[in-house]
Amino acid sequence: MWEIRFSGFGGQGIVRCALITGKACSLYDDKFSTMTQSFGPEARGGACSSQLLVSDERIAYPYVTVPGVLIALSQEAYAKYEPELGDGGILIIEEELVKPTGDANRVRLFPVPATRFAEELGNRLFANLVVLGFFSAITKAVSADAMKKALPGLVPDRFLKVNMQAFDKGYDYGLKALEAEGKGSGASS
Amino acid sequence: MRKVAADPKGVDSGSHFMDGDHALAEGALAAGCRFFAGYPITPSTEVAERFAERCPHVGGLFIQMEDEIASIAALIGGAWGGQKVMTVTSGPGFSLMMENIGLAVMTETPMVICNVQRCGPSTGLPTLTAQQDMMQVRWGSQGDYRIIALSPDSPQECFDLAIEAFNLSETYRVPVFIMTDETVGHMHEKVVVPPAEQIEVLDRNWYTGPKEDYRPYDFTGNLPAPMVKAGDGYRFHTTGLTHDERGYPAGSVEVHKKLLDHLIGKIDNNVDKISKTEDSGLGDAEVVVISYGITSRIAAKAIADGRKAGIKVGAMRLITVWPLCENRIREIASKVKGIVVPEINMGQVVLEVERVVGGRCKVISVPHAGGAVHDPEVILDAIKEAVK
Repeated sequence: MWEIRFSGFGGQGIVRCALITGKACSLYDDKFSTMTQSFGPEARGGACSSQLLVSDERIAYPYVTVPGVLIALSQEAYAKYEPELGDGGILIIEEELVKPTGDANRVRLFPVPATRFAEELGNRLFANLVVLGFFSAITKAVSADAMKKALPGLVPDRFLKVNMQAFDKGYDYGLKALEAEGKGSGASS
Repeated sequence: MRKVAADPKGVDSGSHFMDGDHALAEGALAAGCRFFAGYPITPSTEVAERFAERCPHVGGLFIQMEDEIASIAALIGGAWGGQKVMTVTSGPGFSLMMENIGLAVMTETPMVICNVQRCGPSTGLPTLTAQQDMMQVRWGSQGDYRIIALSPDSPQECFDLAIEAFNLSETYRVPVFIMTDETVGHMHEKVVVPPAEQIEVLDRNWYTGPKEDYRPYDFTGNLPAPMVKAGDGYRFHTTGLTHDERGYPAGSVEVHKKLLDHLIGKIDNNVDKISKTEDSGLGDAEVVVISYGITSRIAAKAIADGRKAGIKVGAMRLITVWPLCENRIREIASKVKGIVVPEINMGQVVLEVERVVGGRCKVISVPHAGGAVHDPEVILDAIKEAVK
């Protein structure tokens, strides 16, 4: 069972990230997944978090208890949710938006320059797809193939291609980060 | 009643990753609902959005009304015009609907009303979950009557129960309520929509006899009279006043008793056919958790933890909350030490469970003021208390 929390502020595509991943897992990877979300009354800018459970069996309790993966795209989200991440859990952060302050050895930290990569592709709005590609490569909780199949309908048709590119960019960077971690040099170096 | 396969136009067959709200709209469309009148309110708005978006493709009609009072009025008209009809609301909108819900009950008008419950009283916590309208749905309109209320625990069940709700509504000519909550409404999971030919829907029981013999009501205390479509040439009258079987006002105590015996009897005499539960681990259970909707999935964790700790605990999930399956609960109560009833309100359905159990075993209420689901630990503590 994967317990995953996506977090950041409203407008970053946090809920969209969880939706794409949940759709990929339940429709194309043949797993069970349950996605819940919490948000304030603001349309943009408020704290935003989405929870995703992925399992081989039917899911009863629909919330994360001890998340094994935390994706934090804002400092506020990092501060709020990092303490609940399990020991040895995977922490994915947008490296320009989040400066980690916690115990660096408690979790496996994977920073990604998602905004910069997205800007290189033409628009920072693609940053969430960079993060999803990165997340998929690091965790293997979902296959890249399933993620790409899940995109149509959840991103605008005219941006489908560039979103795929953003996903690939994050995915390749994630594989490299994993390799770097394996060599003991740390993903952030 | 004629069982027919669903109209393929309204059935979006295949696997989807969707939330409970969208699944409710899809279920209604699959059931043949082609008329929706409503007023948007969080957290139910997505049902209306989905229905409205699909209307042009399936040949349906969506009207945004000026308020929820008018929404039910429009449904009554739509139903007598021959359509299967639905609306959706939450919180304050449900309160506004109450008067005309009584009119729908009195005129035996089939309709489906979804309440995606949020936290009250009043505007309360508009974006957060609750199960606080469970007694309001039963008694919210004036006078004595019966309704049917279902409570789905997942997006898939939102789809399935929407179809069931329409079928029940057509069978008993009564408003049927889908009492879901913000959590299930906004939760995304896989929803499988079967091919149209595998979805069984009930066609309205249409009257086909001679025009001069038509009567809109039949006080059988059981199944109601067939209906006609306004404008098809049948003469009929209907009113919120106490009426006879022709539908005309009849202000006598005797007729009123006959009418009420029918409105109540058609539900009470069919509880076993209407009421559905999902039971697990009842065989050896010393404690049973009775819950409904999202709370049953929270209770599932407490029950699993209880079993791990060696407690013989089972579960009864009320898929149909009203009418309550009283005989089944009595049966359980005579075999167990205690019954635990968690719900996201300060104790509503538990009052009825206590009445039904009548001292046969302990009944422990696990209330929650709303805005979130229970901590499973609190339910587990109640289970431990009940088994003592």
